[in-house]
Parts: sequence; C-alpha cells; structure tokens
Amino acid sequence: MSAYLDISQLAKIYPSPKGPAVIVQNFDLKVEQGEFITVIGHSGCGKSTVLMMVAGLSEISEGGIILAGKELDGPGPDRGVVFQSPSLLPWLSALDNVLLGVNQVFNSATKAERRAIAEYYLTVVGLGDALDKRPGELSQGMRQRVGIARAFALKPKMLLLDEPFGMLDSLTRYELQQVLVDLWRRNRITAMMVTHDVDEAIFLSDRIVCMTDGPAAEVGEIVEVNFPHPRDRAAIMEHPDYYRLRARLIEFLEIHAHRRSGHAVVPAAPADAADQPPQPELIAPAA
Amino acid sequence: MSTTAPSGSSRVELFDAVVRYLFLNLGVPALAVALFLAAWSGVASTVKVSFGALPGPSAVANEAGNLWQDHLAERQRESDFYKRQTERRAAFLAKSPQGEWKDRRYAGRPTYIDQIVTSLKTVFVGFLIASLVAVPLGVVCGLSRAFNTAINPFVQIFKPVSPLAWLPIVMILVSALYNPTEPLFEKAFISSAIVVALCSLWPTLINTALGVASIDQDFLNVARVLRLSWFDKIFKIVLPAALPLIFTGLRLSLSVGWMVLIAAEMLAQNPGLGKFVWDMFQNGSSQTLAQIMVAVFTIGGIGFLLDRIMFALQRAVTFGRTAH
Repeated sequence: MSAYLDISQLAKIYPSPKGPAVIVQNFDLKVEQGEFITVIGHSGCGKSTVLMMVAGLSEISEGGIILAGKELDGPGPDRGVVFQSPSLLPWLSALDNVLLGVNQVFNSATKAERRAIAEYYLTVVGLGDALDKRPGELSQGMRQRVGIARAFALKPKMLLLDEPFGMLDSLTRYELQQVLVDLWRRNRITAMMVTHDVDEAIFLSDRIVCMTDGPAAEVGEIVEVNFPHPRDRAAIMEHPDYYRLRARLIEFLEIHAHRRSGHAVVPAAPADAADQPPQPELIAPAA
Repeated sequence: MSTTAPSGSSRVELFDAVVRYLFLNLGVPALAVALFLAAWSGVASTVKVSFGALPGPSAVANEAGNLWQDHLAERQRESDFYKRQTERRAAFLAKSPQGEWKDRRYAGRPTYIDQIVTSLKTVFVGFLIASLVAVPLGVVCGLSRAFNTAINPFVQIFKPVSPLAWLPIVMILVSALYNPTEPLFEKAFISSAIVVALCSLWPTLINTALGVASIDQDFLNVARVLRLSWFDKIFKIVLPAALPLIFTGLRLSLSVGWMVLIAAEMLAQNPGLGKFVWDMFQNGSSQTLAQIMVAVFTIGGIGFLLDRIMFALQRAVTFGRTAH
C-alpha cells in the first residue's frame, strides 16, 4: 500500500547567472493518513519552499508529489493552508472570511448549511462571539484562529501550516497549539507543519523531519515522537524521553548536520508509556 | 480653600484648552478671512479698470444676491407662463373641443442657478465616463505587466494634454458622429463631458493600476488555494483590496474634472458656469467683474464640496483596514 502523501525526489532549483541555484533536492517523504508531520530546520533552509510546493503555490522543479493517489498539479482547496501571517481579507468579517472558502468547496450546500459550517469552526477555535468582527478588530492570535478555522472548514485532505505561530507571543502560541491539536484530533486530517520551534514540534507531531542546511537542503533525519495522543503539555514535559528528544533535535540543528542521512527512532519507551500514560489530573502543572 | 484648589485649577485648565482649541480652529481661519476681505476692499477701490473700479467684497456679495433674485424672478416668470398657458388651453378647448392645441415650452434664458446645475450634470457625466473607462483599464494594467507596459506610453503622452487641445478634436468628432433626429443631449454638453473624461481619467487609471499591482501576495494566494474563478477573484479579492487607492484616484479625477470643465464649457459654449464667465466677459458691463468673481467663488466652493464628499467616501472604504 502506498502512502497517503508521497513526496519523491522533490527539488527546487532557480536559474541564476552563476548556474542553477539548488534550494532543496532529493526530498523524499512518505506520510500516512492522519499523521502529523513537522518539518524543522534553520531559517532559509527551504522548509517553507517544500511546504509551498505541496500547497501548489510554488512550482515544482523536479520530482513529484502524490496525495491520496493523485499527482498534485497546482493549488486547490483539498489542501487547507495556514500562512504565517493570517492573510485574512481585512474588508470581510471573520465569518465571511471563513465562508469565502466554504462557499467554494460546499457549493451544493444551502446557504444556511454553509453558514453553519463556518460558524461551527469559528466557535470551535473560540471565536463564537466574534463572528462579525473584522480582522482589524481582532488580536493577532484571534486572527490566526480565524486562519485555522478557515483551513479546517474546507474539510481538506491535508492541512499545511507554514510557521503559523511564528508571529505570536509564547502564551498565545501555547493556546493556539492546543486549539490546533484539539481540532486535528477531532478531524484527523493529515497535517504537515513547518516550524523552527523544537518544543512545538515535539508537542504536536508524530514524526519530525529535520532538514539539513541549504543550499541544496535535503532530509537529514526523521525522528519519531511516540507520546500517545491526546497529549498533555505538562505531562510530556515531565517525561524523561522529552529531554532526550529535545536534546537530539537541538544537537541536530546546532551541528547543522549537512547531508547526514538516516532514519532514527526515539521511542518514548512504549512499555513505560503503557504503564503510566500521561495523566493530566495526576501530574501537578508546572509552577 | 486649598482643598478645592486641585479640581478648581484643573477646571480652569480644561477651559483654557477648549478656548485655545476653538481659537485655533475657528478663530484663526475667521481672522485670516477677515484680513483678506479687508485687504481686498482696500486694494479694490484704488484699482481702476475700463468700466469703473475693481469690485470689493460688498459689491461681489451684492451681485451674488442679484443673481439669486434674477433666478427667483425667472422662476416666477416661468410658472406664470405655464399658468397662463393652462388657462389659455382651457379657454381654447372650451371654445372648440375638436381643435388641436399644442403646448409650448417656456423659452426663458438659463439663470445662474440653472448654469450651476448644468455644470454639475456635465462634470458628473464626464466623471462617470472616465471612471467606467479608467477602473476596468486600471485593473487590467495592474494584473498584467505586459498590458501595463503597452499602455504606459499613451498614459505618459496624453496625461499632460490640456483640455483646450482636446476640445476642437472632440467637437469635430461629435458633430460628425452624433446626429440623431431628436437629440437627447446637446452637442456642446457631450463635447464638454467627453473632454472632462479625457482629462480626468488618468489619476483613476494610474491609481487603480497601482492598487491592483500592489495587492498583498497573501490575498492572491488565498484566491489560488480556493481556486476562485476569474470573476470571483476580481470581485471578491482584487477590487476590494484596491478600493482605497481606486478612491484616491477617483477623488483626484473629480477635482481635475471640475477644473477642466470650466475651460471646456467656455470653448464649447455648454450652458454652464464656464459659459457664464465667458458671456459676462463679453458683456463688458459695470457688473462684469463682480459677476465673474461670484462665479470664481462658486466654482471654488463647489470644488471644495465635491472634494469633501469624495474624501468622506474614501475614508468610508478605507475604514478599519489596518490589519489582516
């Protein structure tokens, strides 16, 4: 059986006066349905480029991407994208911003049904009483909530997140990670996120793809994160494997590990985890 | 005593602030206008022209009153005429019921107020033509670099052309092409409106193109991800995003149009303010200068009002757009 998302030999090459500039090359990745994948790497290594190629917003130079058995060609509403800046249309209310996509995807539904879908997702992200507010009246974090609701409301095959919390303060970032992970668990949409926040990557993903430094960046290491879902941030942070995982990722980023390929697994000691699943009620919240 | 001093002094401070604000925003302009009027009337009495002295402010105000009285008198004559006509028709039909009666239109001369209305109609028709041409053209320019490059030489060459150069061409073309048996509009009206359009479409064209070309790439990505149709992309993303700059252009266009209109009317003999100024100049009576000055203030005042209206519209479409 082939993977749900199959990225093979993907490359991004720009022509330049000094010959072709290779940004990303030999990028291979298979993602199972319902998996949450995070791509980390240094700024400018090309991780966003890979995500944008999956989104269809950046042209593929070499290789190919197959999603649910079909080769991708250009952008489409089957892939919900959450951009770094929420990119809401400032002249539309939060509801209308979500409806813009819903109307496009569910064009056979009645007006009331479409409105109900948009209202549902906005309520789930905690904006039930800000439906008619315009982006200018919302805080940065609330705007990104609208961005997340807009992506989920399309009921996409895949969710693509390009450093969605990069512009937020850390408290807001925690809140929104929780909103995102709750929604993702409920819908089990295959997700691919780009970030450079190691803790965010560990908290959210099933597997973390570490990219080597550019130019000519490729997949360096793929690290599995075996904490069971649903995850509790405090519980995970208390787990000994958390620090081993974190140290490993940071080490990778620090030594730049250029072109050091390999597939490593850091198990969260499955036997242990089965014995003592992280239980939010039993573990005292950190200070 | 000293216990009430703080609130007392803050009340005094507030009062001072209000007085200062009123003085700056009402007092200073009023003072400036008063000084201007004083200087004007002082100078006016010393300048002699071929038909008497230069009119001062009071003479001009007086003339404005006269023009208004003329307007009222003309309206009175008009309603009298139609009243008499109705009576005569009743009498005629009473005498010979089978007879054929033909109503006549009142053929009085247009008053100053009529001329203002004509000017406003002309400028709006011209402005409408300009907007209908410039906005779609600007959108295409903003979307396509190739089209923009193609149209750029024409913009650069035609933009600085004076209305006085366009008018003869337009008048000749209108005479040649517009010859209906029952004309809905006069040729002079059409020529003036077209000249207004030709001169005023450039700011809208340029600003629309700029507005569309500088749309946030994120908005266009949203359109691409959602696979919006071409129509939806234009009407749901591109036009709303460019609206503030489109309105900046429209505001500039309307003020250019109003300025150009007076010259166009003078030459085309469209019965508006421009023709009024020209006719008064040709009259050369003792009231000529005062009447033309009334026209100057009218033109300035209407131009100012039009600009305020466009400014309010511009503010309304730009409102609440600080963030996305």
